[in-house]
Formats: sequence, C-alpha cells, structure tokens
Amino acid sequence: MVIHWINTVSSWFIPFFLLAVFLHGSYKKIPLYDTFIEGAREGFTLAVRLIPYVVGIYVAVSLFENSGAMDILLYPFRPALTFLGVPEEVIPLMVVRPLSGPAALGITAGLIEKFGPDSYIGRLASVIDGSTDTTLYILAVYFASVGVKNPRYSLPVGLTSDFSGFIAALLICQMVFA
Amino acid sequence: MGLPKYPQRYYGDYSLITKGGYAINKAFGFLIISSIIAAAFTGKISTLTADTMSAAAAGVTRVFGLIGILTLWLGVAKIAERSGLLRLFTKVLQPFLSLLFPSIPKGHPAMGSILMNFSANLFGFGSAATPFGLKAMQELQSLNRSENASEAMCTFLAINTSSLTLIPSTIIALRVNAHSANPAEIVGPMIIATLVSTFVAVNADILCRFHSRKRGLN
Repeated sequence: MVIHWINTVSSWFIPFFLLAVFLHGSYKKIPLYDTFIEGAREGFTLAVRLIPYVVGIYVAVSLFENSGAMDILLYPFRPALTFLGVPEEVIPLMVVRPLSGPAALGITAGLIEKFGPDSYIGRLASVIDGSTDTTLYILAVYFASVGVKNPRYSLPVGLTSDFSGFIAALLICQMVFA
Repeated sequence: MGLPKYPQRYYGDYSLITKGGYAINKAFGFLIISSIIAAAFTGKISTLTADTMSAAAAGVTRVFGLIGILTLWLGVAKIAERSGLLRLFTKVLQPFLSLLFPSIPKGHPAMGSILMNFSANLFGFGSAATPFGLKAMQELQSLNRSENASEAMCTFLAINTSSLTLIPSTIIALRVNAHSANPAEIVGPMIIATLVSTFVAVNADILCRFHSRKRGLN
C-alpha cells in the first residue's frame, strides 16, 4: 500500500509540478517562452562546467575497479557488507558523496550505465546520490565567503546526517525495489 | 574585522576551500595510485590503457546527454522564480523557519535569503540556491561579526548539507538517458531518505548547540 503510494507520487510529481509552474506563470501574465529561454540558456554552460569533474572521476573509478584494487581493498569488509545487504558497488559512492557532488554524480552515472537504470544497484545509487548533499564543499565555500574560520560543530553534524541518509536510502530501497 | 563585501569576496579565504578540497584531492590521488600499483600485481595492466581512455570518453558522452534536461529544468525554474511561485513557497515555510532559527530576529533580511535558498534547493535548482545561500551567510555574519560560526549559521548549513531536494533533476536526466522504463520512480524513496538525513541534521545540530552552550564555544 505504502509502496504503491510512493510509486504513484513519484510518477505524478514532475508533471504536476510543471503544470503548477506554467499555470501560475500564465496567471501572473509572465511571458512564458521568453522567461523559459532566459533560464534555459544557462543549461549548456552548466553541463560543460561539469565535464572535467566527471571525466576525472570516471577515469579514477574505472581504474579503481578494472585494476582489481577495489576487490583487494573491500575484501576484508565483504562479509559484513553482505550481511547488511549493501552491494559493494555502491560503497565508493557513499565514500565520495560528502566530498564532491560532481564526483558522486560521476559514480552514480557509471553505476547506472553499468548495471542499468532499473537494476537494484542503479536505483539504489540514484537514491543515495539524492539523499544528501556535498557536506565538505558547502561548508568550505559558505564559511569562506564570509571569513568565518572556525566552523565549530558543523562538520560532524553534516557527516552524521550524510551517514543517516545512506542508511535510510538502503532500508527504503530494500523495501520498495528489492 | 571588517565585513567582507558581497559579492566580490565570495571566496575571500582560500585556506578553508583548500581544507575542504583536501579530502577529495587525497581520494583522487589514492584511487589512481593504488589502482595502478594493484594492476601491476593482478595482471590487469595490459587492459588498463584501453579502459582508461574509454572511461574518459564515456564521461564526456554522459555530460552531453545531460544538456537537454538541464536546459529544460533551468528554463522552468526561471518561470517559477519570475512568477513569484518561489516567493509564495517561501511564505508558506516562514513559521516553520522561525522555529528553526530562534536567534534570528523576526523580519531580519537573513530569514528571507535563507527561505529563498531552501526553496531553490527544494526545487532542485542548485545554481540558484548558491547565490541565495551566500547572501544568507552574509546577512547571518552581520548578526555574528566574529570568526567563529554562529549558531544560526551552523543550523543553516546543517540543513543545506543534508540536502532538501524534492526533484533530483540531474539524476532523473541520467536515468532517462540510460533508457529507464520509469526514470522518476526514485523520487519517492529519495524524498524519504533526504527527509531522514535532514531530520537527523536538525536534531544533531540542536544537540550540539546545547552541548556547546554548556561547554563554551567549540
């Protein structure tokens, strides 16, 4: 029942959101097409800006997997991970997610490509990627922008919430997709 | 200490960026160095060159596949911003936000910027969220005037780093590209996961706040 509800919300959310935006825009007499173009113009530059991050991490992760280094490093943890139901393929994603958003996106893209978007790993990687944000980057840039040098307890708080997001992602995916 | 001017000093202090960027630099180096050394022993070194080159090419292909959906989304987000839908959303969240930030005086401009940042995040419009977020930090700093993070800053960033995204447009784009039968099916589970991480962030922040009040600043 809950699962059915989640799936329904998932597929209705975006069409409904688009409808709301365009209805509100035309109600407020916004020039819809002109405004759309104005915002959409940034799409290309934004994507191109992602290229170096994605290529760098694609290469690093591909090397890590294809060289057998990941197998060697994860070997001691394998029984524990299997016991918890964590596919070992998503471990690098969990490690990188708090460090770099584009890097995490690169790993997620790689997993979706390799296992398929509708595989369990593909879905789990998507949810993990979306469950939290890039803690280290946000703290560094936001605090630096106002000259704050002592971030106090914000780093442990951020990392704790990242970790809890991963656990939640795992549990929910096991319920909904497994 | 004089307050940094906005926006000329977005990145006023590089030491923090380097500190924050340190971990990713280490991880990147570690992945590549350990891989090549491992390959020498696992006998996979002969296929490594081809794998590396095709991974680099695949990275570019992947990003190019994103352009269409990113463009669409940024266009739609602009309409939401211009029509005032984003601001409407802000109004709905106001009472909830005063609860989260007891140290910000009512009607202070910091609240408006925080709300705009949260709303932009909720819509998955990350590039609009960042300017609002930096503006919010500047206004919080006008209440703080110190080199130590204020309580409100810690709360603001705790929520920010836990992610508030309701529509993960980039991830959906990736899934569309890979011919998913139902690209948006991950939205529901993702919203629940991000609610959990935000809930934990808010509570961890409150715990740390009271703890640090007791023990003095740290």
